[in-house]
Amino acid sequence: MAKRRGIEVSIAIAEAAALAEVDVVSAYPITPQTHIVEHLAELVANGELNAEFITVESEHTAMSAALGASLAGARAFTSTSSQGLALMNEIVYIASSMRAPVVMALANRSLSAPISIWNDHSDVMNERDTGWISIFANNGQEAYDLTFMAFKIGEHPDVLLPVMINFDGFILTHVVEPIYMFDKEEVEGFLPPYHHPYVLDPERPVTHGPVGLPDIYTEAKKQQEEAIRNSRKVIDAVWKEFDERFGRRYNAVETYKADDAEVVLVTQGSVTEAAQVVVDEMRKQGRKWGVVEIRLWRPFPFEDLKKALCNGSIKCAVVLDRAISFGGPLGIVMSEVRAALYNLSDRPMVVGVTAGLGGRDIRFDEYVRMFELGEECLKEEKEPDRVIIVGLRE
Amino acid sequence: MIEVKRPKEGFLSVFAYRMAPKEELFTRGHRACQGCAAALGLRLAMKAAGRNTIVVNATGCMEIVSSPYPYTSWAVPWIHVAFENAAAVASGIESAIKVLKRKGRLDPSKKINVLVFAGDGGTADIGLQALSGMMARGHNVTYVCYDNEAYMNTGVQGSSATPYGAHTTTTPAGKVKFGQGYWKKNLPEIAVAHGIPYVATACPSYPLDLIRKVKRSFELEGPAYIHMFAVCPTGWGIPPAYAIKAGRLAAETGVFPLYEVEHGRYRLTLDFEKGLKPVEEYLKFQRRFRHLTPEMIKLIQERVSAEYTRLKIMEETTNRPDYRSIAGI
Repeated sequence: MAKRRGIEVSIAIAEAAALAEVDVVSAYPITPQTHIVEHLAELVANGELNAEFITVESEHTAMSAALGASLAGARAFTSTSSQGLALMNEIVYIASSMRAPVVMALANRSLSAPISIWNDHSDVMNERDTGWISIFANNGQEAYDLTFMAFKIGEHPDVLLPVMINFDGFILTHVVEPIYMFDKEEVEGFLPPYHHPYVLDPERPVTHGPVGLPDIYTEAKKQQEEAIRNSRKVIDAVWKEFDERFGRRYNAVETYKADDAEVVLVTQGSVTEAAQVVVDEMRKQGRKWGVVEIRLWRPFPFEDLKKALCNGSIKCAVVLDRAISFGGPLGIVMSEVRAALYNLSDRPMVVGVTAGLGGRDIRFDEYVRMFELGEECLKEEKEPDRVIIVGLRE
Repeated sequence: MIEVKRPKEGFLSVFAYRMAPKEELFTRGHRACQGCAAALGLRLAMKAAGRNTIVVNATGCMEIVSSPYPYTSWAVPWIHVAFENAAAVASGIESAIKVLKRKGRLDPSKKINVLVFAGDGGTADIGLQALSGMMARGHNVTYVCYDNEAYMNTGVQGSSATPYGAHTTTTPAGKVKFGQGYWKKNLPEIAVAHGIPYVATACPSYPLDLIRKVKRSFELEGPAYIHMFAVCPTGWGIPPAYAIKAGRLAAETGVFPLYEVEHGRYRLTLDFEKGLKPVEEYLKFQRRFRHLTPEMIKLIQERVSAEYTRLKIMEETTNRPDYRSIAGI
């Protein structure tokens, strides 16, 4: 049986990559991700992990080298945050398009300017359309489990896509949490050896990354779109197998006390558990509130979300965005939730809020305010176009 | 006076390209322009590298002409990812090979060459950081920069490898400006400064010399940088039939000296006992230089002479027995 021990979440994530016996780690320091790769470097330096650790000179190279290693037949891992992800953006897009199943641990952090090392989701939202499978963890245990499972999902022959695991910078990365850690024997057979059908092998030459002329580009993109859509089957199967073997269940959309709720907060990441605490407290006062979490960000879980939100009880879904889409409706997740429910006649009202930008704490009363905003909108029968910033100092 | 033994084939190779291996790994059917010396250089480099080679190609002329899906000119595994990251991708591939051999998933006795081809824009400008990282970390990769002295793929824009005075579409010769306004960045010396085992310049006009240098780069463990002159008739404004001659004139005038630096020891692989030809002979038949004034040509001549003299001094110095014994070379 797995041992539960107090460990910094960053170290646990590094241990998850080590448990997967990664072959190549290429990473560049950036706060708040750095402890992850520092620990991997230590494991390599002590001979506890037989891998090549490439001390790259930028995140752009971190992703480029991981991509190259992946297509050369090595299991490749990298980790970054914020500006690092923004710098590697070009290759993030190419990695999925070239079907390199790299795994990236993303310690979510805000984007400059002004420079801020603290947590929000502007980095991952900036990469929304890069074709990666993108999953959110709420706590250290989930970050550990999901990072380990990411290899099995991404490398599956029906998938062959890169996977990013999102977890909030500092709020999770720098926290010591009791985590069930596996030893090698326990996970024996869960993660098959890495095998890519088209590796760079002089015995079987392949051409990777050719020019896509207009008569083929559209078809290539359609295939890629199908691949990530179809990855859902594998994601579900891997999560199911994990549950059966280790007893922890992961779902594309997680619900908390949503069955009889009138207002739910739609969340991603560590705010989920905070919102659950608020719900527990406020239910004591008779408020019928709940939480719906979009764990699987890409491929987007349309059906699961519809099922969760259109349960006959929920009248208003307040979507908490941790990033801003400037000049648009502000809320990225809010827009997607609204679009997903657009053609349903029995859909709940969708209200967007944003808070916790650049590491600002969201206080108890601010969570309450979000739920109450939903109730007010219901009363006025008015669905606001744009998100409301909660906790803004006027 | 220190005697430096020069390779005979450097001289011979002008005439004896038929001595090159017959196998073609960069095959015909690609879409390079007539007279493209870069394409010829790649073909020769591949003859040197052989089948057990993985090629990483930066975005650029050679990538575009050789891989319009569903066609490929490559008989070896080949990968193109982006413009500035060929050295980074190669670093990842080389690391993968290393660890997979260590773990027994690849035959440890099998030598797999990793060979990068990137243009001067992808090397001197946008790819310089990735290249520096690769060389500093010591990856066992041979990086060949095919230098056609501008961004030819996008239509002849100036790069930091564009020579002083050359007309390009972003350094046009006009009424108040006269082409490229600064001196060509010295990439081979930047590579030498990284202290890597092997740096060389080469030119497809000297095919056996080029082949020998690529082969040598794979014999030595560690990073190698080969700066390959690549005459571009389209971009330079010369008839395609003059491409080989232009490459030879670049060497004969000292504009592009052929040399190698092995573990810090310089050697001109081609020297001219009768002295260098005047640079004007090289400049005068290229459209990109036709606006040059006598003063500018004089400046170029001074620069070329000084650089050639510096190389001779470096050769002399690094071949001195006292230096060699201290440096262990």
